[in-house]
Order: sequence, then structure tokens, then C-alpha cells
Amino acid sequence: MKRDGVIRALLLGVALSAIFGLALITVFIFREGVPIILHVGVRKFFLSTDWDPSLGRFGILSMVVGSLMVTVGAAAIGVVFSLALAIVLTQFSPPGLSAALKPVIELLAGIPSVVYGFVGVVTLVPLIRHWLGGPGLSVLAASIVLGVMILPTITSIAIDALEAVPRSYLEGSIALGATRWQTVTMVLLRAARSGLIAAVILGMGRAIGETMAVIMVAGNALDVPHSLLAPVRTLTSNIALEMGYASGDHRKALFATGVTLFAIITLLNTAALAVSRRRVGKRRAP
Amino acid sequence: MVGRAHAGTARDGATVSRFACVFLAVVGLCAGCTRTSGQSVTLLGSTSIQPFAEMLAERYAKEFPGRLVEVQGGGSTAGLQAAERGLANIGMCSRSLTPKEALVFTPILIARDGLALVVNRNNPVADLSIGQLRDLFAGHVTNWKELGGQDGPIRPITREEGSGTRESFVRLVMGKERISGRALTQESNGAVKELVKGDPAAIGYMSLGLVSQELKAMAIEDIQPTVENVLAARYHLVRPLLFVTKGSVTPAARMFIDFVLSPEGQAVLATEGLVGLR
Repeated sequence: MKRDGVIRALLLGVALSAIFGLALITVFIFREGVPIILHVGVRKFFLSTDWDPSLGRFGILSMVVGSLMVTVGAAAIGVVFSLALAIVLTQFSPPGLSAALKPVIELLAGIPSVVYGFVGVVTLVPLIRHWLGGPGLSVLAASIVLGVMILPTITSIAIDALEAVPRSYLEGSIALGATRWQTVTMVLLRAARSGLIAAVILGMGRAIGETMAVIMVAGNALDVPHSLLAPVRTLTSNIALEMGYASGDHRKALFATGVTLFAIITLLNTAALAVSRRRVGKRRAP
Repeated sequence: MVGRAHAGTARDGATVSRFACVFLAVVGLCAGCTRTSGQSVTLLGSTSIQPFAEMLAERYAKEFPGRLVEVQGGGSTAGLQAAERGLANIGMCSRSLTPKEALVFTPILIARDGLALVVNRNNPVADLSIGQLRDLFAGHVTNWKELGGQDGPIRPITREEGSGTRESFVRLVMGKERISGRALTQESNGAVKELVKGDPAAIGYMSLGLVSQELKAMAIEDIQPTVENVLAARYHLVRPLLFVTKGSVTPAARMFIDFVLSPEGQAVLATEGLVGLR
């Protein structure tokens, strides 16, 4: 029994140390990043597009816009395929096929992001350059690569959400004479709506945080992208591109970029949590 | 049920302590490898020098078996930082030191390198002046037609902030002008090469020694970027390639530096397209 206590304390210590580590990282990022935001001026830091560290100019607006564009693009692409996949796997495909396909989709999540980036550069970028024009390295290329990368995240959460819809709802709908398709669009998707929204938001959180693949296919130009075919620099790629070299104010400004990213991701995750909680509280019969 | 659970915890206890052992061993190993040992030599820095340093290290290891030289990339500024903090014995830097840096580090010139402007093989433009180059990268000139090429946009490719190649380019070409925000930013010579190879509208800059048959290197002010022209100081865009050290140098690092500066080491650099010191 005494040993149980020891183990319990040990495990608690390990669990707490993870939280402690997180807290430490948070404090560190904010302590490094926030002073430079105040020093540059909140308005100038967030609303200027002029980023030139060697001249002491730190405006991150174009990267905030870039990150949001790429993330929304990825979500748009990811949602279509993930939802379709989740609906087919839970409703229409024979159980054997679902059982075989699910692990394959989860396997997608295990592919290193540099591989996605490389495939993007070698195949996708020349295709875009040839057929659509522009440099190829673009918002579109980054959105497509990220859309594929967040597919497993959105699909597996969406499957959970769809499977959580009580069977009686579907049976009731069929009993009332609705077709299979009507049941899916009018009953299943509505009942699972909040779970599906949470899935999408979590997918976006993953997309906005992705770095390596984006650096490889986005082109990383500093201007605000004026079209889907223009190159773009995201918050994460800005940090990764310049962190190795930065010192002084430049380094602090990169931490401030991290603070911004931190805020956006926290916002997204909180939204996802709030939406999925609402599902439990207010489930209405369709 | 209770008995089984108990047995389980006991076994878990053993597993935990085994994990702890492994963990400590790993930590110990890492602590060992961050400190530079007396025998091996670590080089870190410029990705422009890295491939040549790797070749030198290979030759050195063949010549003197048992002496280990490790080469890592990271960029010129990272190389200086590593040399300053003792993370590497030698930092590699592909630009001249700033006056402030010159107070801290001892630079050792290992070779000179031409900065080549590269375009796609299908690009008809073969010659640019430094003024045209500046206008092009500043975003004032945006169509190849203005430079005697075909009608179409120009896509300049630059390197990331802090790259030695970029800083040399800015110092040699841009002067007070700033590189356009529309320029694509790539984080290695390899990435620039890959892009220029596939895009007829692209123009990038890189170490002359890294230019291959797949690319076309432009003449600057009517002077071809060749080793002879760099050596004769005719070609305009030339930068130093430096090894930098701080404070005292370990004997093993000193031996490697001596090897690089020897006729043999210089010959290796020359065959790879860099310009030796003679």
C-alpha cells in the first residue's frame, strides 16, 4: 500500500511537471515577446506590413493575414473531403471497408510534414505555375498541402461526432419515410453540428501552427498576398526562417510573433471547446 | 482483481525505474555531446561553405585516420553565435565581419567566392549591370522586357534574413536600397536552385561554386562569373569565405585549419569551383 502512495506521488509529479513545463514556456514567450510589442507600439506592430529587422521595423500584419488566408484555405479544402469521408465511413460503406480505411487515414497523420512539403514542391508547385500562372509557391499551394495534412484530424473527430448521434434519431427519421440521404443531411449533420464545427476548428488550429511544409511551398514573400496565386509568409514560417540568426530586438520580435500565434491558437481551441461543450448541454431532438 | 492490480503496480514500479535509468543515460549522453571534446572538431555555420567544408572534412579524415571533423549548417550568423558560445570549434561565415564582430572573433580567410546571379536556362537575358540588378531586386523593374528579355514578370528570389549570402548580396549590390517585399524567400541555396531550375521567370543569387549545368549564370557588367575572373579581381561580386574562432583554438581545430590552408586543402576548394588564396 505504501508503494501505491509512492507511485501515485511519482505519477502526479510527472503530470504536474508537464503542466509546469507548459506554464514555463508560456511565461517565457510572453516575457520575451510582450515588451517589444509595447516598445514598437501595439498599433504599429499589428497593423504595419513593414517587416525589416535590419532597419528595426517590425510590422507583422502581412504575416497575420497570410496565416489566416492559408488556414481558411486549408479548412475549406480539408472540410469538404473530411466531412465526405466521415459521412461515407460512418453511414454508407460496409463495416469491413470502414475498418480498413480508418487506420489508413490515421496513418496520414503520421507522415512527417517535411514529406508533405517536399511532395508539394516537386509536384503541386510546378502544376500551379504551369496551369494557373504565378510563381507556383503560393497561398493556393500552401492551402492544398495543409488541407491534406489536416484531413486526418478533422476526419477522426468528425467520425466521433457522427457516431455519437443516437441511433434512435436515424431510425426515427427512416421510420417517418425520409430517404437515407435526407436522414444524413437533415438529421445526422444537424444533430452532430457542434461536434463537426469543433472538428473543423481543431483542424484549423493544426493548420495555422504547421511550419515546415508551409515554408517549402508558400514562397515566404513579405508582401500581403493579393491573390490565391501570390506567395505568402505565415507567422510560423517567419519565426522558423529567421530564428536561427536573430539576436536582440529581432529575436524579441520573433517571440512577439510567437505571442500572436499563441493568442490565435488559444482562441481557436477555446472556441472549439466552447462549441463542443454546448453540444452536451443543449442537445435538442431534431 | 485487487491482487492483479497490485502485481501490476509492482511491475510498473520496475518499469518506471528502468525508464528513469534510460532517461538519465540519455541526458548524460546529450550533456556529453554538446561540449566540444578535445579530439573531434565541430564546424557550424554558412550553408554556402557547408558542402565545401564537408568535402574538406572527408579528405582530411582520409589523410589522417582517426581525426574526426563534424560539419553542420545553420547559416553564417548561427555560425558566429556557435563560435562565440563554444558550441562549435570553428564557425563558418560567408560574408565579411561587421566592425563589432571583428572585435570578438578571429577571422581566417579560407577562400573567396563569386556571387553568381542565376536564371533559368531558357531565359535569353545574359548580361545585367549592377544598377539593373539593384532595380530588379528592389522591385522597380518588374518585366523581363525592360532588360532585353521576353515579355513577362520577373520573379526575384532572395534568401532569408541573416543568411551570409543575402548579406553579401545586399552589401555588394543593393547599397541603400531594400530588397522588395514581393521577392520569394528561400532558406537554402538548394531551394533557390530548385526554384530557378523550374521557373523561366525567376532570378536568384548563390555561391558561384554551387552553380551547376542546370542553371545559367549571368554576366555582370559584361564580365562572366568564372573562377579566372574572380581570381583576377575582374568580377564585381566577390565575398570572403571565413572560418571564425573565438579565443584560443584547440590543437585539433588548429590542425584542421592548417590543412584547409595548405596547398592540398586549397586544391580541394579549387576543384570544387571556389577561388583559393594562391
